[in-house]
Amino acid sequence: MRKDRKRNFRRAGQAILSSLVAVIIVTVLVFVTHGRDIPVLNPHGLIADQERNLILLTVGLGLIVVIPVFIMLFSIAWRYRASNTKAKYQPDFASHKGIEALWWGLPCVIILILAIITGIYTHALDPFKPIDSSVKPVQIQVVSLQWKWLFIYPDQKIATLNYVNIPKDTPINFTITSDAPMNSFWVPALAGQVYAMSGMSTQLHLMADSVGSYTGSSANISGDGFADMHFKVNSMNESDFATWAKKTSIASQSLTSSSYDGLAKPSHDNSESAYVLGDGSLYNEVIMKYMSPDAEGSMNMSGSGM
Amino acid sequence: MFSNLSQIIFGRLTPSDFVHDPIMAGAGYAMIAALVLVIIGLTYFKKWKWLWRTWITSLDPKKIGVMYIIVAVIMLLRGLADALLLRTQQATDGSAGILTSDHFQQIFSAHGTIMIFFVAMGIIFGIFNLIIPTQIGSRDVAFPFLNSVSFWLFAAGMILINAPLIVGEFSTAGWLAYPPLSELQYSPGVGVDYWIWSLQIAGIGSLLSGINFFVTIIKMRAPGMKLMMMPIFVWSALASTTLIMFAFPILTATLGMLSLDRLLGMHFFTSGAGGNPMLYINLIWAWGHPEVYILVLPAFGIFSEVVATFSGKKLFGYKSMVVALAAITFLSFTVWLHHFFTMGAGADVNTFFGIMTMVIAIPTGVKVFNWIFTMYRGRVRFTTPMLWFMGFIVTFTLGGLAGVLMSVPPADFQFHNSLFLVAHFHTMIVGGVLFGAFAGFAYWFPKFTGFTLNERLGRYAFWLWIVGFLLAFIPLYILGFMGATRRLDHYDPSLGWQGLFIVAGVGVLIICAGVGLQILQLIVSIVKRNENRVGNDPWNGRTLEWSIASPPQEYNYTVIPTVTHRDEFWEMKRRHHVVKPEYTDIWLPKNTGAGVIVGLFALIFGAAIIWHIIWLVIVGLVGVIITLIIRLTNDETEEKLTAAEVAKRELKRQIA
Amino acid sequence: MKQIADDVAVRDKKTLGFWIYLMTDCVLFAALFATFAVLHTSTFGGPTGAKLFDLPFVLIETMILLTSSFTIGLAVLGSARGFKKQTLIWLVITFALGAAFLTLELTEFSHLVADGNGWDRSAFLSSFFTLVGTHGLHIAIGLLWLIVMIIRLWRFNFKQSDLNRLALFGLFWHFLDIVWIFIFSIVYLIGGMS
Repeated sequence: MRKDRKRNFRRAGQAILSSLVAVIIVTVLVFVTHGRDIPVLNPHGLIADQERNLILLTVGLGLIVVIPVFIMLFSIAWRYRASNTKAKYQPDFASHKGIEALWWGLPCVIILILAIITGIYTHALDPFKPIDSSVKPVQIQVVSLQWKWLFIYPDQKIATLNYVNIPKDTPINFTITSDAPMNSFWVPALAGQVYAMSGMSTQLHLMADSVGSYTGSSANISGDGFADMHFKVNSMNESDFATWAKKTSIASQSLTSSSYDGLAKPSHDNSESAYVLGDGSLYNEVIMKYMSPDAEGSMNMSGSGM
Repeated sequence: MFSNLSQIIFGRLTPSDFVHDPIMAGAGYAMIAALVLVIIGLTYFKKWKWLWRTWITSLDPKKIGVMYIIVAVIMLLRGLADALLLRTQQATDGSAGILTSDHFQQIFSAHGTIMIFFVAMGIIFGIFNLIIPTQIGSRDVAFPFLNSVSFWLFAAGMILINAPLIVGEFSTAGWLAYPPLSELQYSPGVGVDYWIWSLQIAGIGSLLSGINFFVTIIKMRAPGMKLMMMPIFVWSALASTTLIMFAFPILTATLGMLSLDRLLGMHFFTSGAGGNPMLYINLIWAWGHPEVYILVLPAFGIFSEVVATFSGKKLFGYKSMVVALAAITFLSFTVWLHHFFTMGAGADVNTFFGIMTMVIAIPTGVKVFNWIFTMYRGRVRFTTPMLWFMGFIVTFTLGGLAGVLMSVPPADFQFHNSLFLVAHFHTMIVGGVLFGAFAGFAYWFPKFTGFTLNERLGRYAFWLWIVGFLLAFIPLYILGFMGATRRLDHYDPSLGWQGLFIVAGVGVLIICAGVGLQILQLIVSIVKRNENRVGNDPWNGRTLEWSIASPPQEYNYTVIPTVTHRDEFWEMKRRHHVVKPEYTDIWLPKNTGAGVIVGLFALIFGAAIIWHIIWLVIVGLVGVIITLIIRLTNDETEEKLTAAEVAKRELKRQIA
Repeated sequence: MKQIADDVAVRDKKTLGFWIYLMTDCVLFAALFATFAVLHTSTFGGPTGAKLFDLPFVLIETMILLTSSFTIGLAVLGSARGFKKQTLIWLVITFALGAAFLTLELTEFSHLVADGNGWDRSAFLSSFFTLVGTHGLHIAIGLLWLIVMIIRLWRFNFKQSDLNRLALFGLFWHFLDIVWIFIFSIVYLIGGMS
């Protein structure tokens, strides 16, 4: 009797202590997360929005397995604890076709559903796929440098460094390369990431649905100044964008092959600047540099080199 | 003239390579100081001969296993110190200037490499050495000398990866050293070379070990033990070694090609001249993904043994478990591309690899259900190994959910290379491999020492670990959703990440406290060992290793048992079967110093090639070859223990 | 001495272990072949295989290696029947053929390098030199092994343990022959024509 009471007392103490720890952990996490921007869950663009929905859907499907696992784990462990001598003890109960079939079957069904969803969404959200829209898309060429991002607007004949302005509700077609070790181009509020690799061109299509300023960065380590490789994506009204593009195209310094070479030198400079595009084929020249010894030859490149 | 001469003698090594910033130098000198203390201690207590005879030259897998575990534990402390530095840097958002970006990058590269290659692999091979022969009723491994060579190559790799603390620098290119960043163009220093050669040497050791244990399991099981009667841990080891045999040659080839790029100016993975960095990324993950399973399958095996023993029941769904292991083994070679969905391979390719990845969740899920159901209608004793098991199921299931999430390519675009990914694989590797190792350590400790670990300290350590683990990694999941990428040595304070990084830092501190308690547990247990002495079978075990002496004799089994059942020892106890002591002559491998000499020459070779000291490269290479020729042409490698001697030893043990 | 049954068990283990080693070596070569397959068109403006390879020359190399595979077979066969002198002669011939093969390969390499088509010229040439060179390295190791074998067989009068080693060496040599056939067909024939 006495031993039982002592044990119950100890158990209650443990329960209170562990609940307390759990409450403290949750409180602290809520405190440090509250009011912070969570772009993946709170997106501002068409693609990121669909990706968020897909994430939530997948988590939901996963919970169909995870929740029973937790319930079974704790209830079975508790029920068949050694001190509970009233529970049935069957040391040779080691296989049961029906039960085993259930847990080969249940995950199979869930994975089948998830596989279908994956097939559909992977094609729908392929970063190389243009966005259906009646609005004419804006082309932007992206070059990752050591340790800067260069954005070239071939149609507007301008270029920007470490920031990129885009019109909202307009499809943006990014073509991305690198004149540096591999980087990854990621603006979580607008769309998932794609690698930037030298000698080839990858693509990312996205569309912002509201005016605002979003943070982008390189998600892949590329050397000493890699942590500085963040940039702002400013989504603005279409008229504002046109005004800005026009102003930039007459007012600022010019970006030519030779001034590009200076820019491409490794530096930690994360300041923003804008240029008039002096050399329309700059982006292709950057790619061809890695393709052929004399930077000539056929333009044969794709992101899917393998 | 002088510089020319010094280049011939010292390669690219110069006095300035010995100069380091205070943190690195501190760590380096601490290591040297510890080494000097050990040397003084050994000399003072006149233990050199003992060390050489009982340990260094031993071919006894139990000795080699213990040495693997000692190295792995030391490396765990190094990796943990690295983690602490990384967390400190990020908790102060980099503005405190504790580490330069270069040093920060060296630390995370070293942390990842050391934890995988020298902690996780070391633990796995340590456990293989201790458990596989004893569980299958064998006196030894298939190739005892090869086993010694494997260990000393592992040790040589370990020394090389720690050498940059004293001389030169380590790689800053991350634990997998993606080119072109790891190429000469962007990383001209010795750092990447240290990375390549420490892994190459340790990796060849791993490959040889894999072959060794595969053959051991196939050829050296006790008579009557059919494949489907093997303990489930042995099955998991068979799966793991199969993966090693198929995956590690790819690593060898890939590292070889990267080093040829760097040494001879080849163009496998350079940007330009036709090189293809994407090829490297494919190859390294063709090794890297199976590697994850090489580590985690044996942990699955440990948990299977632990949960069955402490539930007092047979493992539920043994056949399902074996099928699941086989399925995972096969599937793990079909998913490597999910590590780079963001390379732009096209929707069809991404879909295929995404679905293959999800399919792995099926056999893994089956295993989880079977483990839980092993407790059903059992008598569950919540000892420390069982606590680790419960912790493992919780963390592994959550980490698995995160894994399934990332196997959906468009979702992965938002998680790839973010701290969400970092949190995911730490959940799997810490919660899977490390918790498994802790469970196995507490479970098998009395078998190899004759006394149990202190239970109370073990429990406290477990709870600190669990709380620290949640605090360290939940913030990283959240930070991933916030867009925080991995490997940032500083970030903009306006992003609002710092609070979470501080919480993660506190988590690591709590984990450190847990590790401190584990060390204390070990010390207390050894000091008070007479209070915790137990017999050969402290847990009411099921498998053959519990039938032999604790600690086992050098030859494990005086009489090789004949196996008729799965869970043979459990059945023997049921039948009240007693093994009759019929002593026979036993052949055991003689000690040899050849293994450690091969390791030493490999170390010389590695160091020389890193620093471009040509003459020393030749010395190392020729040394390895000659040692091997001398040893491999030696036919007198075994010695006989006569039946009378065996009987005498048994009697002595029984009296003691 | 140990019992015969034990010796058989030991030989079994070693044979299985050696087969598995050969399999891992196969995986290593597979990785190099895959690399060659990916990179063989990446000439970066440099010469292609068709321009560089001298097929008749390579055919001679191939015939030499194939013959050596035949002679090692005769040596292993001879040793099994206890024809000691014959075994040694065939081993020496195998060594000579292997050395000739290696010499020819190095000659080909040195010509390529002398013409400015070394391994640093393009990714294609890197993968070519590495694949073929790795095979050559195996041959070189094999030759070293062969020297030790010949000396031991002669000195210790065909001990059983040396005969076991000879059998494993036979496997190794045949394996290298098979790898070479793949190199010949994939690198030289297909690569040389495209």
